Amino acid sequence: MSGGTYLGMPSFPVAAKTATHDGRLRGNMHRAMNTIRTRRARAVSELDDWAQLRQAGKEIKDRALRHLDEYLLQIEERVTEAGGHVHWAADAAAANRIVAGLAKAAGAAEVVKIKSMATQEIGLNEALAAEGIDAWETDLAELIVQLGHDRPSHIVVPAIHRNRSEIREIFRAEMGRNGRPAPDDLTDRPADLAEAARLHLREKFLRAKVAVSGANFLIAETGTAVIVESEGNGRMCLTLPETLISVVGIEKVLPTQRDLEVFLQLLPRSSTAERMNPYTSMWTGVTAGDGPSDFHLVLLDNGRTETLADEVGRQALRCIRCAACLNVCPVYERAGGHAYGSVYPGPIGAILSPQLRGIDNPVDASLPFASSLCGACYEACPVAIDIPEVLVHLRERAVEQPGHGAERAVMNAATWLLDHPAALAAAERAASATRKLHPRTLNLGPAAAWSDTRDLPEVPSESFRAWWRKQHR
Amino acid sequence: MTDRELILQRIRSAVANAPEPPEIARDYAERHHHGEPAELVELLAENLTGYRARVHRADDAGLPALVARLLAEHGDTSVAVPADLPAEWLSALTIDVRPDAPLSAVELDRTSAVITGCALAVAETGTIVLDAGPGQGRRALTLVPDHHVCVVRVPGQVYPSLPLAVPELDLRRPLTWISGPSATSDIELDRVEGVHGPRTLDVILLG
Repeated sequence: MSGGTYLGMPSFPVAAKTATHDGRLRGNMHRAMNTIRTRRARAVSELDDWAQLRQAGKEIKDRALRHLDEYLLQIEERVTEAGGHVHWAADAAAANRIVAGLAKAAGAAEVVKIKSMATQEIGLNEALAAEGIDAWETDLAELIVQLGHDRPSHIVVPAIHRNRSEIREIFRAEMGRNGRPAPDDLTDRPADLAEAARLHLREKFLRAKVAVSGANFLIAETGTAVIVESEGNGRMCLTLPETLISVVGIEKVLPTQRDLEVFLQLLPRSSTAERMNPYTSMWTGVTAGDGPSDFHLVLLDNGRTETLADEVGRQALRCIRCAACLNVCPVYERAGGHAYGSVYPGPIGAILSPQLRGIDNPVDASLPFASSLCGACYEACPVAIDIPEVLVHLRERAVEQPGHGAERAVMNAATWLLDHPAALAAAERAASATRKLHPRTLNLGPAAAWSDTRDLPEVPSESFRAWWRKQHR
Repeated sequence: MTDRELILQRIRSAVANAPEPPEIARDYAERHHHGEPAELVELLAENLTGYRARVHRADDAGLPALVARLLAEHGDTSVAVPADLPAEWLSALTIDVRPDAPLSAVELDRTSAVITGCALAVAETGTIVLDAGPGQGRRALTLVPDHHVCVVRVPGQVYPSLPLAVPELDLRRPLTWISGPSATSDIELDRVEGVHGPRTLDVILLG
């Protein structure tokens, strides 16, 4: 075992150790997660057919993934018919090259951006900066993150780790350096902070020639892109500039128009606990006299096809980025999003990042161990991704890496995370639950390892969560 | 090999041995509320109000006065309208009416309000859908001014649920779904109405 790559000292535990000792961060996170969990439970309980919607969501995504090649070709045909252009990008570098080339061709020295996980994943802002193009984030939380020279910590509310007084300081210090300054008498009331963002960004929207977005869904039947949002910054970007470039992961496909009736019930309730989010935009190619005259869809692979090839792991591609799994996760609440070392934090990040980026580096090899396997994430997932199943599967893959000390990794992660005796006991149980994954016993197949884990009486999911609630009353 | 060929080939090899997925069991509810049309209109009003839209009712005769009052109460000095908006809706207005001929983004930014109709509304979710059809105009029109007055014909344009409304939509048209005014919960999950879209949404249920 060489010291530098020894996976008993992986990145997640190191980062989590810092985070769990940051009292302010933990306070921010604990309050926020409590609020969002309660609201979501209420929104979901309103629908007595939630289980059926969830099952339909799962089945629709499985169908889309099974025939992904056909659906992507269908999208290409429909978008092209409707006057749009379709590009294919095998990896991040290819996608960044395409976007930078299009922005330059449009004569743009800057682009306005709608919050997009895909463009964060590929590091688009940095790639554009290297080409001399400024990328302005326009989602309020992303603006806070960008102006704060910070990183997002949550999929839906990326500045969840910041409180109002921190945000006021960031706006006062940074807005003026990047455009219209914050008012001198800016208070820390959320309404005043939102007003400052409105004024700061309005001049950027009005002058922007090029917008860059992702998409929540792509409808194969019609070639339609769908974006779900709250603030209206998305509508601004989709409507005012002459050129729109949408970078979309190939797994965002839904086969038919009808599928929207399922996902537009599942997504808003799971992500922001609303019956419906304030704004949803749908567009197909270009429309004369309405919105951009130049539309480019960049279909992004970047590790998705490799994920698709993994029989157990491919279910992660059903993810609709609602973040419900983050909000119920005791590890995420404690560690915060930054500890995951990826744009995809929390339980979904722990199974998505290692698959998209490869498990052969210390950060990604550590992520599958950032969990107590309590199962709350699976229960919350609106498309029924069995995250614990994939975590166990990826732990197996991680320990297949030469020199991996699986149990030590689990123990270190758990000890540093849950820094008191009761928590440590739980962590030890988690470690014992993965005992079967020790290299000596790797002759067990994935299914056997999983069922062994589930059968262990020491880690029943109910009692862990009951314990957790008791600790945090 | 192009990236296109590469991606398609990788997909085909990744799913080559995957089982054919089952037929999708769409055994979820077609609708969650089974009331009469009048009750659905009530539900729509309730859900719109829940998201801090302001809901009003009018008949054809009362509409012009209501529109004029809402704009006056908001302090609007100018109003953008789609070129094909029914002229009688505007007949009681004394402020500057600007038909979208089209207006530039900067002109829209200097216009305080906008009046439109809609394509349909969904009662269960409190949603209004615009599809750039008659009386609705292009997307920027209902986005840049700070006050949106939207007229929904009831009960004709009201659908109970998403499964009953989605098939009615033509996805080849640009669609904007609106459920309350622009909002954010990005700061400590505290909901604030009004970031970039219209901060005031007045919905008139016409019927």
